[in-house]
Amino acid sequence: MNTGALALSLAGAAVVAALASAASGLLATRWPRTLSWLAFPLLALCGAAALAAGIMALASDSTTTAILPLGLPWLPWHVRLDPLSGVFLLILGAVLVPVAIYGPGYTRVFRNGRDSLAALGVFTGLFVTGMLGVLLADDAFLFMVAWELMSLASYFLVTFQHEVAEHRRAAFLYLLMAHIAGLAILLAFGVLAASGGSFAFAVMRSHPPDALWASVAFALALLGFGTKAGLLPLHLWLPEAHPAAPSHISALMSAVMLKVAVYGFIRVVFELLGPPQWGWGVTLVLVGATTAVVGVLFALQQTDLKRLLAYSSVENLGIVFLALGLALIFLGSGHPALAALALVAALYQALNHALLKGLLFLGAGAVLHGAHERNLERLGGLQRRMPRTGLFFLIGCMGMAALPPLNGFVSEWLTFQAALQAWQLGSGLLRILVPVAAAALALTAALGAAAFVRAYGSAFLGRARSRHVRRAHEVGRGMLVAQALLVAACAAAALLPTTVVGLFSSAARQLTGAGLEQAGSRGWLWLTPIAPNVASYAPIPILLVLALLGGLLVWALRPSRQAPVRRADPWDCGYAPPTPRMQYSAAGFAQPIRRVFAMVYALDEDTDAATATHRLLVRDRLWGWLYAPLGAGLDRVADFARRAQTGHVRRYLSWSLITLLVLLWIIS
Amino acid sequence: MPLLDQAVLVLAAMALFTAFALLAQTRLTAAINTFAWQGALVAAVAALTGRASGDAHLYVSALITLTLKVALIPWMLHRLVRRLSLERQADPLQHPALTLLAGAGIVVFSDWVAAPVAHFDASATRNVIAISLAIVLLGMLMMVVRRQAVAQVLGFMAMENGLFLAAVASTHGMPLVVELGVAFDVLVAMVLFGVFFLQIKNSIDSLDIDRLSQLAEPVEDDERGDAP
Amino acid sequence: MNPLAHALSALLQPLLLLAAAPLLVAWIRRVKARLQNRRGAPLLQPYRDLRKLFAKEAVVARTASPLFRAAPYLVFAATLVAAGALPLLSLRLPSAAVADAIAVIGLLGLARFLLVLAGLDAGTSFGGMGSSREMLVSTFAEPALLLVVFTLAMTAHSTNLASMVQTTLNAGLVLRPSYLFALAALLLVAIAECGRIPVDNPATHLELTMIHEGMLLEYSGRHLALMEWAAQLKLALFAALIVDLFLPWGIAAGFAPGALAWAALALALKLGVLGALLAVAETALAKMRLFRVPGFLNLAFMLALLGLLSHVILEAAT
Repeated sequence: MNTGALALSLAGAAVVAALASAASGLLATRWPRTLSWLAFPLLALCGAAALAAGIMALASDSTTTAILPLGLPWLPWHVRLDPLSGVFLLILGAVLVPVAIYGPGYTRVFRNGRDSLAALGVFTGLFVTGMLGVLLADDAFLFMVAWELMSLASYFLVTFQHEVAEHRRAAFLYLLMAHIAGLAILLAFGVLAASGGSFAFAVMRSHPPDALWASVAFALALLGFGTKAGLLPLHLWLPEAHPAAPSHISALMSAVMLKVAVYGFIRVVFELLGPPQWGWGVTLVLVGATTAVVGVLFALQQTDLKRLLAYSSVENLGIVFLALGLALIFLGSGHPALAALALVAALYQALNHALLKGLLFLGAGAVLHGAHERNLERLGGLQRRMPRTGLFFLIGCMGMAALPPLNGFVSEWLTFQAALQAWQLGSGLLRILVPVAAAALALTAALGAAAFVRAYGSAFLGRARSRHVRRAHEVGRGMLVAQALLVAACAAAALLPTTVVGLFSSAARQLTGAGLEQAGSRGWLWLTPIAPNVASYAPIPILLVLALLGGLLVWALRPSRQAPVRRADPWDCGYAPPTPRMQYSAAGFAQPIRRVFAMVYALDEDTDAATATHRLLVRDRLWGWLYAPLGAGLDRVADFARRAQTGHVRRYLSWSLITLLVLLWIIS
Repeated sequence: MPLLDQAVLVLAAMALFTAFALLAQTRLTAAINTFAWQGALVAAVAALTGRASGDAHLYVSALITLTLKVALIPWMLHRLVRRLSLERQADPLQHPALTLLAGAGIVVFSDWVAAPVAHFDASATRNVIAISLAIVLLGMLMMVVRRQAVAQVLGFMAMENGLFLAAVASTHGMPLVVELGVAFDVLVAMVLFGVFFLQIKNSIDSLDIDRLSQLAEPVEDDERGDAP
Repeated sequence: MNPLAHALSALLQPLLLLAAAPLLVAWIRRVKARLQNRRGAPLLQPYRDLRKLFAKEAVVARTASPLFRAAPYLVFAATLVAAGALPLLSLRLPSAAVADAIAVIGLLGLARFLLVLAGLDAGTSFGGMGSSREMLVSTFAEPALLLVVFTLAMTAHSTNLASMVQTTLNAGLVLRPSYLFALAALLLVAIAECGRIPVDNPATHLELTMIHEGMLLEYSGRHLALMEWAAQLKLALFAALIVDLFLPWGIAAGFAPGALAWAALALALKLGVLGALLAVAETALAKMRLFRVPGFLNLAFMLALLGLLSHVILEAAT
């Protein structure tokens, strides 16, 4: 059979493996070890199959469809594997395999606890099945069923440790926002189905709605998929829900589920809505830029390591949507080649974020496992107690800070190159807006570097700020291997950009009609997205020269007669040796930025000189501006509606009579 | 000569920069000096345009602007500031970043508005219309965000600078009669401003225009004695 | 052109800048001293200081992690690789295809990331203070710097430094408002990034006024020598960047020895003038309070933004 059909069968095998993993989770009620020996290995198989399917679909640039004998009799389920789903299957597989290797070591502590391991196993499997279903769906029915499965299963995963009240609150908010998102997506599909008459994507593709309804569908899709992806102002569920789940689930949620939302958005907006309008792109660019800046500003102020990573996910999704907005602007202005570049930049950013955030969440889980602490104000000095985790976390932080030669830099560089081609646009307004959006991206990158310096520096460098952290231990082999796998994947994405761009350009060709063949025109070593003399980047020579130079310096400068270094107390300008309490706290590190950007935060800060305490609470202003008024408004409507429930039977009967009369009148 | 056109563009851009600087300058004496620089730049644009097109009366316009906007009016304003003892007063903006971003937005907007107008002109300096419209609007923005009364005067004068620049760039200057009339109107306005400010300072002991609403308050007889 | 000449040029240009960087710093100190009515140290003093530091023992805090010992080598290497992408003497620079302007800024960001981490490593308050302030400055300096690059790239249609220099040379003597604003912005950003007055005082002995010196406080011996040399190289890099982007006349197109000698002379002259200007600015201005630095860098950002606006409104008229 040809590659496309093979890829589709592999994807099907992945779904079966995920379902088998869910089923084997049930066995964990009686035999807890089956979670480690059966459920997680099945998940690893699922991930490997998904990864292979994705790469095959991209490399062969093929589109395969099939109809499953499931679903309603007149509405069977259509599945489709094309390069776009291939990209996201690749992302899913690349993160799922390390998570599955990490899982057994991490969940060992839950074996003797109160929380149900069976629930963890079953719902993880169902969660992955849901995501795979969304990626493979070719009609709205299967899409919505899989989407709901994904949301519900992840709700149960978020409430895994449901004794903690905060987790219950976070999960409720999560479920609420997920359903609002689902409703908006359903309405968007409704609009699209109305113009074509069928729920199958193939029919929707050939019958696009007219310009007005397309804009309505765009707004609904942005509302729905944007809520699930964590765009402003509907992102507040993300920093509550992601930290509440177990760390490997947080990794899956941040790395993969958010990307599934991006996939849904691309599928609807780039394929099903017909010819794109550049106004949509401008909206996306503005929303994405605002989300990115606000997200990273809040990430800088978090002291909980997992909340920091969650806000950083908000930031990165903002950047992905900014790049998608650029692609829409270019498409709407008639430059498909530039749109392909922006689209590849967005997909690359999604891949990089998935790999890096997965690595960082697994690292945070390792810190939690080894030091039993999540709060940056109590961590410190972990690099010497957990050297390998520290090294992997450092690589993750450097990648998220978009530093060359790591992978975060490549996608940021591609986005900048796409934005700098704005001189080819005709409208003066767009020629100003696009570079200014790129400047906002630069601000986000600078703030992101600050956030991750603070995270790594407070947690791993310096000295431990509390006793239990001083006794932290390194984690087991499984957890380390998982992190190392993700580091290897990041290295591949960083050092082989031409390969990745080559793979992703088949997805770009499917959506915009233009590919990026010139990206490898000077060979596989140089990334030249536009033309060699316009811009080029070669990460392998940079890494080689850095390593060579570093090694040369170390060898040339080692002292011949004395010991390499002499250890002594810190100099500290001649003051007495400092205690761990005297080093900079995480809140103190971010204080200058907190002061300069004070307008963005809702700060609640006071200092008590008598007891030498400082209390700081950083909240999002959107609670007061958007969520609280909406909640209060709903309460008022509910109170008003309650008046109809008087308890009198005859009142209820009179309502029924009136309704019957009105209906009879209407149908007559 | 393309070099002359380029010089005109550079000077116009620098005049736009002085408009932003006027927005953000907190100290009054520095703001008056910035206004003088703006006048000098606009006069230089007039002179260079006169050189490029050969219109002799543009040299006269440049000279009038130089005398009035660079020498006379700043001198009168400096004298006023000394008499009102306002040299050390600072007038900081409440949200400087937002104000400057609004200014940038105004520039983009002026470009969009002036684009169809610029199509009618065939010379290389047609885009200076957009810059001059931006300077006018930025002068108005300055009058909105600044609280000091003297800063309001500067905003008003900056608007006039922008109008003059627009006239120079698009129609190569206004008829000399109109020019002289406007110039003397501005001078008379300056004198009147000076007189009014002295009166206001004596009444409410401050030149913060947010407090000018106090002048509308009813006066209690037992406190004010024989004041009307 | 034979690959040997290419490889040699890619190797020698950054090494030349590395060798000349302490001389530039000495020249700036000399001009400052003369302006302050002093004689000033000899021009070879920084070389003597480096030689002394390389020979001394390296003392490392007990509480420091392995990152503390690795950081000086990596910071030095990253700055040198960034310097390798700048065409200094000849336009035929193969490493300009490896890293463009954005990658150069990224490599400097890598150096800064490691330096800031090293400041946090020993667990002292001064290191933390320096690191926290450095991140504040970089938060505002990087967007302004990138916007300068974008403004220039809108005219040159490229971010490859050799292409940008070529575009400026081909155009001849042209007055562009966008370039003037971008030059002003780049000068301000360079002062902030290199830690000179009015943003940071490189000669301060007061801990509370340090940014860069605060992060280097725990280093000694060869580690300190590498960090100091890297900082001097960064200053020379920014000066060379200004020369490349705005005043590139005199650079050689190939490898003819006469053209190269002439290019070296022109570069030395331009760097000397820039150094003297910096010395005058440092003498005339006072160091700003830390929380006025964002205002200073916002001015740089506004200038770069005005440059972009003037390019779109005035220069690229359709």
